[in-house]
Amino acid sequence: MTKIKDIQNEIVDEFSMFDDWMQRYEYIIELGKNLPLIKEEFKTENNLIKGCQSKVWLQGEQNEDKIVFTADSDAILTKGIIAILIRAFSNQSATDIINADMDFIDEIGLKEHLSPTRANGLVSMIKNIKMYALAFNSKN
Amino acid sequence: MLDIQKIRADFPILSQKVNGKSLVYFDNGATSQKPQVVIDAISKYYQEINANIHRGVHTLSQLATDAYEESRVKMQNHINAKFSHEVLFTSGTTFGINLVANGFASILKAGDEVIVSALEHHSNIVPWQMLCEKTGATLKVIPMNDKGELIMAEYDQLLSDKTKIVTVNHISNALGTINPIKYMIDKAHEVGAAILIDGAQAVPHLKPDVQALDCDFYVFSGHKMCGPTGTGILYGKEAWLNKLPPYQGGGEMIKEVTFEKTTYAELPHKFEAGTPNIAGGIVLGTAIDYMNSIGFENIQKQELELLEYGTQRLLEIEGLKIIGTANEKTSVISFNIEGIHPYDIGTIIDKLGIAVRTGHHCTQPIMNFFCIPGTIRASFAFYNTKEEIDLMVEAVKRAKTMLS
Repeated sequence: MTKIKDIQNEIVDEFSMFDDWMQRYEYIIELGKNLPLIKEEFKTENNLIKGCQSKVWLQGEQNEDKIVFTADSDAILTKGIIAILIRAFSNQSATDIINADMDFIDEIGLKEHLSPTRANGLVSMIKNIKMYALAFNSKN
Repeated sequence: MLDIQKIRADFPILSQKVNGKSLVYFDNGATSQKPQVVIDAISKYYQEINANIHRGVHTLSQLATDAYEESRVKMQNHINAKFSHEVLFTSGTTFGINLVANGFASILKAGDEVIVSALEHHSNIVPWQMLCEKTGATLKVIPMNDKGELIMAEYDQLLSDKTKIVTVNHISNALGTINPIKYMIDKAHEVGAAILIDGAQAVPHLKPDVQALDCDFYVFSGHKMCGPTGTGILYGKEAWLNKLPPYQGGGEMIKEVTFEKTTYAELPHKFEAGTPNIAGGIVLGTAIDYMNSIGFENIQKQELELLEYGTQRLLEIEGLKIIGTANEKTSVISFNIEGIHPYDIGTIIDKLGIAVRTGHHCTQPIMNFFCIPGTIRASFAFYNTKEEIDLMVEAVKRAKTMLS
């Protein structure tokens, strides 16, 4: 099992403790508040993810053979969702990121956010994370 | 006085649970819910008279054609059009606007001007931008003030003999502002310009009288006024509809076709190519009957009460700001809470059963004007209640506490 899968399972375990939506959202908000912020200089038009009701910036940087992601959003729930993605995919190898499945999103009850029309752009965020990984792999 | 509980019983969806909570449906600006008579009329059409219209000699085709044309006459009477052939069935407001904008491509030339307003929905901006690109005409914009009202002095200044068409909404979808369209129509005519009124947000609340207004075009959708989706009306003055070229070619819209030349059918068929949304067109008539049975005076009275009550209750919330405070407005409240993204509030109150719209409401220029990413929009219909407003206010308060 890859490290990504381990982390995803951890996240699924944490979310399984919640009985209702409000608790789940409270936790996502907390994650959002604790998200390590992207450097101001990376909050560029280029790093802005399109297709969101809220603004989302995502930056990926190479650290030896790993990719480190930082991000920010002007909506706190969106920020919390990015925090979940960053926890699973940051500091991982490009190959593991490319091969990772996204089943855990469904398991933690965020499947509805995966719809392509959903305004927070979770699909676009995942796509951008994978694009970074593909780019790093083809570069090296 | 309306018996709201009795009216609510007409709408099966309103008694539904969403996310385990009783549904509070405040997204009527996007689409209204449908009463049982409308739902039944759709299946009745398919069960009893489904056939293609205007061409078959058989009985079913005749029945369907009669029902379709009866509905057209109902719509004519509803908006007080002079002739039924001035009333075209469309798929909705967007189609109606595109039909007119496309037709004006044969009229406009470089240097002409088209006037839109700062309050328009994207669907009443983009078709005109496309028209201007095609013809070399210029798009002018009537600005608004901080309350979300169009500035009439500026409008007067924009009008000139270069103005060929003015296009403005009757009521703003994002803010609820009711525009002074009678004044705007008269002013447009003074310089010889045509004027189109986008009535999408008006027809659920009021009965437009197109002859009294003297507008050249009035467009609206059926689905916002208890009718089926994919239905709408384009009213156009006979002279204008005769002048504009057909929008789509196909069956139904022709008189005679040879490979050398096609002559077009008379109005309204010239603009109704292909098999239309027959069931939708017929049932739009059912929806109008239903709304008239409630009565537009009653509808307005109930909605005004909801607007006043909702405004007062929401303003109890600290840091809440209402965007769009026009003196003349309909039952739409667009708001934000200081320091909180509208998307966050909308997502949380959805889980509490409250359906509102968040985002830019297809009016990005309005959001840019107010320097906000979007708003939370609660839009009330006559079947909504003060108790539902209380539930929304409680939900917003709870979301605010979670998000602060």
